[in-house]
Amino acid sequence: MNFGKQFKEGLITNNPVLVQVLGMCSTMAITTSFMNGLGMGISVLIILTASNVVISAIRKIVPDKIRIAMFIVVIAGFVTCVDLALQAFVPAVAESLGVFIPLIVVNCIILGRAESFSYKNGVLASAVDGVCQGIGYTAVLMVMSIVREFLGAGTFGAGLLGAEAKGIRILPSQFPVGMLTLPVGGFLVLGVLIAAMQWALNRPKKKKEESK
Amino acid sequence: MTDYKNLKLIATSNPHIRGSETTQTIMRDVIIAMCPALIWSIVIFGVEALVLTAISAAGCVFFEWLYRFLMKKPQSIGDLSAVVTGILLAFVCPPTLPWWTILVGDFFAIVVVKQLFGGIGKNFLNPALAGRAALVASYAGSMTTWIDPAAGKAPILGGAVDVVTAATPLTYMKAGDLAGLQSVYDLKAMFIGNIGGCVGEVSSLMLLIGGVYLIGRKVINWHTPVSYIGTVAVLTFLFPKAGSSLEWMLYSLFGGGLMLGAFFMATDYATSPVTKRGQVIFGIGCGVFTVFIRYFGSYSEGVCYSIMVMNLCVALIDKCTKPTRFGVVKSNSKEAAK
Repeated sequence: MNFGKQFKEGLITNNPVLVQVLGMCSTMAITTSFMNGLGMGISVLIILTASNVVISAIRKIVPDKIRIAMFIVVIAGFVTCVDLALQAFVPAVAESLGVFIPLIVVNCIILGRAESFSYKNGVLASAVDGVCQGIGYTAVLMVMSIVREFLGAGTFGAGLLGAEAKGIRILPSQFPVGMLTLPVGGFLVLGVLIAAMQWALNRPKKKKEESK
Repeated sequence: MTDYKNLKLIATSNPHIRGSETTQTIMRDVIIAMCPALIWSIVIFGVEALVLTAISAAGCVFFEWLYRFLMKKPQSIGDLSAVVTGILLAFVCPPTLPWWTILVGDFFAIVVVKQLFGGIGKNFLNPALAGRAALVASYAGSMTTWIDPAAGKAPILGGAVDVVTAATPLTYMKAGDLAGLQSVYDLKAMFIGNIGGCVGEVSSLMLLIGGVYLIGRKVINWHTPVSYIGTVAVLTFLFPKAGSSLEWMLYSLFGGGLMLGAFFMATDYATSPVTKRGQVIFGIGCGVFTVFIRYFGSYSEGVCYSIMVMNLCVALIDKCTKPTRFGVVKSNSKEAAK
């Protein structure tokens, strides 16, 4: 297995959000502040890696017909662990992410990787795949949440940094475009990111065609 | 602008009739038609209204030029459509709006709604209305600060010293307080436009002059405005919230952005139906939604959102009102569709 290639796939060429366009619900809903994006990204990273490892380990004893149910049980187990851990150690994050942590159970990135990768590959490769895809997801979430928080609220790191955890104010409070923290802003920022990603991915191809 | 160089047109043998109408001449007519309302807004709100309109128009042209320049596409600012969008966006904003706020609206209208979807003729919403909706969602405070023209004009270029904030007619009507409204503004003031409100929407008289000019120049059909205003008139006449039916109806017609919306917004070519039957359906839909939002919604004005909702229905309306081709019997065309 080529781990460098896997890393590049997870982060860029087969990015779970920007290229596979999976896990839209959580991407839209929670990327309103940097703290939310980071918390969600790391939670998914941990759950994805752990469930990938377990599913890969039990793949030979799971009957084909009930595999989806088995995946869900494994994923739900890890989601419960992470949910309880968040509530115990970082209650602020758990509160602001709310229902979206339990909803990771049905996050299609995790189920998609289980079905398409870890059910067919070895434990080590699956673990690496989980980490890489998780980093790809986290990276996109962080970019989106930084952009939306900066333009929509004018702050950075609300709930995490600054006086009374209100974030570091960058834009004076009358300027920010509040619309970007609404769902419509999520769609706009995601659309622009996907467009930028496609542009970047197609650039080398175009150059080759032109040089021919 | 259409990429004419790569457009494959099949020219049959001559003779050809060459029309003199271009996008530019149409847009010029629209700008001329908006002049009476613009002049009235300067009279009533002071030079600030003109400055705001000019900034908005310049901003729209700049963003259009910038996007086309960065994307290496043929320039289209010569067709004046960006100027029209800019003026219309300023027309639906309060005259006290800070100058940078309207630039945010310009950006949303031109770049997000118009250029990202392919430029002129391909936008799915009216750019000016989408810009207004974006501003209302982002800057609700400054988008709902109104000045009372009777209490003194806005001073030239900022400094809100002698500006008195006041409720617009629609605020009274939302509460069903027709008597209160009548004590502030009489019907004549409502019709001529001596009232508070957005830059370009206050004077029904001036907008009617502009609308009649557009219909006379055959830039727009009468179908959309007449069915739109007619629907609002009928509904408000039949179900007045307060006072006599006739007075309530007239106040509903002259208050708010109905005239502006009906003549200048709902008739935008790219976002209104092609057929005349479709335009009537479009106008009726706009009217129904406007009255519904004014009566039951949380906003006091429904023109902006009603036209945007109907913009989204245009593709369906066009599909349903497709005319039968010449020479095809109706029953046959139905079978052919199957």
